[in-house]
Amino acid sequence: LAHGSGGKATRNLIDAIFLEAFRNPLLAPLEDGATLALGSSRAVFTTDAFVVSPLFFPGGDIGDLAVNGTVNDLAVCGARPLYLSAGFILEEGFPIGDLRRIVASMAAAAEMAGVSIVTGDTKVVQRGKADGCYVTTAGVGVVDRPATLSISAAQPGDAVIVSGPIGEHGVAIMLARGELGIEADTLSDTAPLNGLVADLLDTLPTQVRTLRDATRGGVATVLNEVATASGVTVVMDEESVPVRPEVTGVCELLGIDPLYVACEGRLVAVVDGEHAERAVDIMRSHPAGAEAAIIGWVGEDPPGLVLLRTAFGGTRIVDMLVGDPLPRIC
Amino acid sequence: MDRIVRSRIRVEGIVQGVGFRPFVHGVAIRHGLSGTVANDGSGVFIEVEGPPEAVTALIEAVRRNPPELAVVDRVSVEPVSPTGAGDFRIVQSVTCGSRRAQVSPDAATCDDCLAELFDPADRRYRYPFVNCTNCGPRFTIITSVPYDRAATTMRAFAMCTACEAEYRDPGDRRFHAQPVCCPGCGPKLTLHTSDGTVLAGDPVAEAAALLGSGSVLAVKGLGGHHLAVDAADEKAVAALRARKHRGDKAFAVMAPDLAAVRELCELDGAASGVVAALTGPRRPIVLLPRRPGCPIAASVAPGNRDLGVLLPYTPLHHLLARELGRPYVLTSGNLSGEPIAHRDEDARRLAADAFLTHDRPIHTGLDDSVVRIFRDTEVPVRRARGHAPAPIALPWAFPRPVLACGAQLKSTFCLAKGSHAVVSQHLGDLENYATMQAFAGGVVHFRRLFGIEPEVVVHDLHPEYLSTKYALTLDGLQPLGVQHHHAHIASCLADNGESGPVVGIALDGTGYGTDGTIWGGELLVADLAGFERAGYLEPVPMPGGVTAIRQPWRMAAAFLHRAFGPGSFDDLGVVRRNQDRWPAVAALLVNGPAGPVTSSAGRLFDAVAALLGVRDTVTYDGQAAVELEQRADPGVRGGYPVTVAGTVVRTTELIRAVVGDLRRGEAPEAIAARFHHGLAAAVVTAAARVAAATGLEVAALSGGVFCNTLLLGAVVDGLRRHGLRVLLHRRVPCNDGGISLGQAAVAGARDRASA
Ligand SMILES: [Fe+3]
Ligand SMILES: [Mg+2]
Ligand SMILES: [Zn+2]
Ligand SMILES: [Zn+2]
Repeated sequence: LAHGSGGKATRNLIDAIFLEAFRNPLLAPLEDGATLALGSSRAVFTTDAFVVSPLFFPGGDIGDLAVNGTVNDLAVCGARPLYLSAGFILEEGFPIGDLRRIVASMAAAAEMAGVSIVTGDTKVVQRGKADGCYVTTAGVGVVDRPATLSISAAQPGDAVIVSGPIGEHGVAIMLARGELGIEADTLSDTAPLNGLVADLLDTLPTQVRTLRDATRGGVATVLNEVATASGVTVVMDEESVPVRPEVTGVCELLGIDPLYVACEGRLVAVVDGEHAERAVDIMRSHPAGAEAAIIGWVGEDPPGLVLLRTAFGGTRIVDMLVGDPLPRIC
Repeated sequence: MDRIVRSRIRVEGIVQGVGFRPFVHGVAIRHGLSGTVANDGSGVFIEVEGPPEAVTALIEAVRRNPPELAVVDRVSVEPVSPTGAGDFRIVQSVTCGSRRAQVSPDAATCDDCLAELFDPADRRYRYPFVNCTNCGPRFTIITSVPYDRAATTMRAFAMCTACEAEYRDPGDRRFHAQPVCCPGCGPKLTLHTSDGTVLAGDPVAEAAALLGSGSVLAVKGLGGHHLAVDAADEKAVAALRARKHRGDKAFAVMAPDLAAVRELCELDGAASGVVAALTGPRRPIVLLPRRPGCPIAASVAPGNRDLGVLLPYTPLHHLLARELGRPYVLTSGNLSGEPIAHRDEDARRLAADAFLTHDRPIHTGLDDSVVRIFRDTEVPVRRARGHAPAPIALPWAFPRPVLACGAQLKSTFCLAKGSHAVVSQHLGDLENYATMQAFAGGVVHFRRLFGIEPEVVVHDLHPEYLSTKYALTLDGLQPLGVQHHHAHIASCLADNGESGPVVGIALDGTGYGTDGTIWGGELLVADLAGFERAGYLEPVPMPGGVTAIRQPWRMAAAFLHRAFGPGSFDDLGVVRRNQDRWPAVAALLVNGPAGPVTSSAGRLFDAVAALLGVRDTVTYDGQAAVELEQRADPGVRGGYPVTVAGTVVRTTELIRAVVGDLRRGEAPEAIAARFHHGLAAAVVTAAARVAAATGLEVAALSGGVFCNTLLLGAVVDGLRRHGLRVLLHRRVPCNDGGISLGQAAVAGARDRASA
């Protein structure tokens, strides 16, 4: 199971199985989507599978999650999302009412993001062979500006910006499983980010170096990927990372670090330090980025590490998790 | 006609920087021998010529009566043809060739130097850097090998004529003492404020006056900067705590002399081991029972019956202690969680009112060592200054050189080659970046100093330990994962120079088990090469994972749930004190995710400490267990009965007994004692059963929980009553500071087994 948690185990699985078998230059960079030349224009193509439990949770459901996830993968590659596909794997006996709800929320999410769901497929499997409903999507977007975005483009002096409070999707899901015995009104942050990205890139087309949506593995995992791919160090400032108190509370209860908790409507942007304030202003003037904040800076040394300056002035290593976190203090 | 012979003698061990060459020179002159002595990369190299009896006498002296700080591991002799008479000379060090020379630990100011320090007629009167071949800085100032002034941070200070004369005089105590210096040529002391303004007057007198008036003073010592305050000044100690962001962990106190220690702590009875620990050249912090009415501010060691005391170990400490005339707190100068600040630029960030500092750079940061006294014997708790990097000689060989990367908290690493293991000084929590840097940089430094190029790299099985991740980044080394508690037991075996098999008892905090759960209360049938899990404490969940370690009350919830089922415990203080969070944690235990499952002994102590109201949350590692031990009534000998069912120690019975007595209104002191004795008896029963089933007659004790001497004593006595021989740690700590030695020992044993 650790292989799906978004950390190093996932990365090892990808390297060992998929990269090996599918080896080609478009896949190799392991960005959120592949950039393709189609005639004279460039397009980004991405795909995703959604297996969330429960299917309905405060702030969203598997339907809008699927649409937003795919839209965001296209957006952070610098593309304008246009068309999506949707595939459904349904467990025999799955309530038709639930399916209607999911599909309706997909339609609403697509409308909000300005994309069309243009093709699809449905399969039904035997009872017990699936957990209610799985959704797969693919998305195509067009790149209509000179794109320089890359996971390996971060440079010393750049600022690291997060578009809003972190960890809310992951915490909302944990709460929605109904096991924690606590009441907290945390909503999933699931939202389309293409509008926010468009605003950002319209004004700062080359000053934005890297964009990533902080999904599985959270902000910590994204920043580790940036630090490794760009050969830089990322230094975060603990006090400037936006986290809502409910999220902090649930994370403390469960002994997890919000930096590793998934978001579905937050992006991490690495921006030329000179334009960082401007980037934050642009994000804040968009509803999806109202609480954007600079959370850290890119440095030179040591390459590949993510560090966190703590409130007491210490510096903690925020490493890439190998699997499920187990206590490492003796 | 007298026969003349010539021998080439190679001496290996801790033989550099301890006055070895002057010593050889002296012996040679006394016996009328001619020849040379030099340091080289592997130790000391001697060529002597003279009558056979005289040459033999020199070899015997080298073997049997080396200088006090020397440790001679091997002497090899090769006869060569005589070249003709001459004098005996100390010659230039040879830098080429292999570098197996061993670097000696730093040593406390010797009596001769101390006498000079306070002799108004001496040219080093009140000079804070007085040292000789028998004492002074070593490991902390060495930048490279061979050990010579040029390879130390004393390089920058050119000797004056007077010092040079002592340095060159074979009859002088300072003959070839690399850090030799005097007020005319050596480092200088300054006192400055936090903004860098140098204060006028005698720095020591002014610094003592500042301490006396309640200031926080930074003092540059041997291995780094300390923060000092007047130990009797409650306001000053509290200020220091606030500025260091230090929770409750005790501060060490430096007492001017042994008489002053007697006023602070109980030193009565058969305490020769205590005196030896306090006054020896290693000068660790010694944990001793506080005397009633001891004149120390309450916030020096809150909630602690013990006090960590040490005697001055540098001339500067002596001067300051004498000037102030009473004990002062001396604690590592660092930001919370960071290593001791050893560079001047790091020290500037310390929250001190004034800085008593000097211009001799510290190359390697080094904390004070900490020892406990168990039955008049020193037991290491933290192995650092005075001990590191003294190699540990082992009665077996490592077929391939090994690097062992240790654990995560209390980290150390170990390099092993030939029949020696070099364990690094205590480094701390690797999650802290500066500590991780000290770890990675230390490995490079030690590889060079000791000339060990590892071929095998050992790591813990915990995939998230940063030491594991570090180990797996090393290219070209063969990785080997060793289970945490096997490493603990192997460490105890190596510490005693034994190979097993033994009944290993690892009572510990947490460590990654081979089944993916968290172990920590383990009976292993183990030898160096392998182990079988023969028993363990009843596993319980840790609700909230790492949070359950920081919040012992959660372990109380887990054990209550396990012992009684989902009942009501509203009458218990631990529930009332934590009522705002209790339902959420209880829900985790009922519905999940309940957290990782553990057989940890440390977490059991946490649970009982919380149940008894000793402590609900901790601010440092092992705090609840330490305070529970201190709370136990030494007069109560009986223990709660515990069943050992097959291989499982039913610790929930302890919890039921604790709760029963608590509900009956028994004193927490008595309950704490009965818990200790009950657990000890159960562990002994389980171990005796394993011994009977396997025919083993030796038990080895390790794991951080054995820092608890009440438990340790009860377990040792119980095992001996069953006729078992008991192995305890002597040279490395039973806690995770000893893990790296055990890992290296396992790697060596596996190599020998497959050879
Ligand atoms: Fe341990
Ligand atoms: Mg995706
Ligand atoms: Zn001396
Ligand atoms: Zn001099």
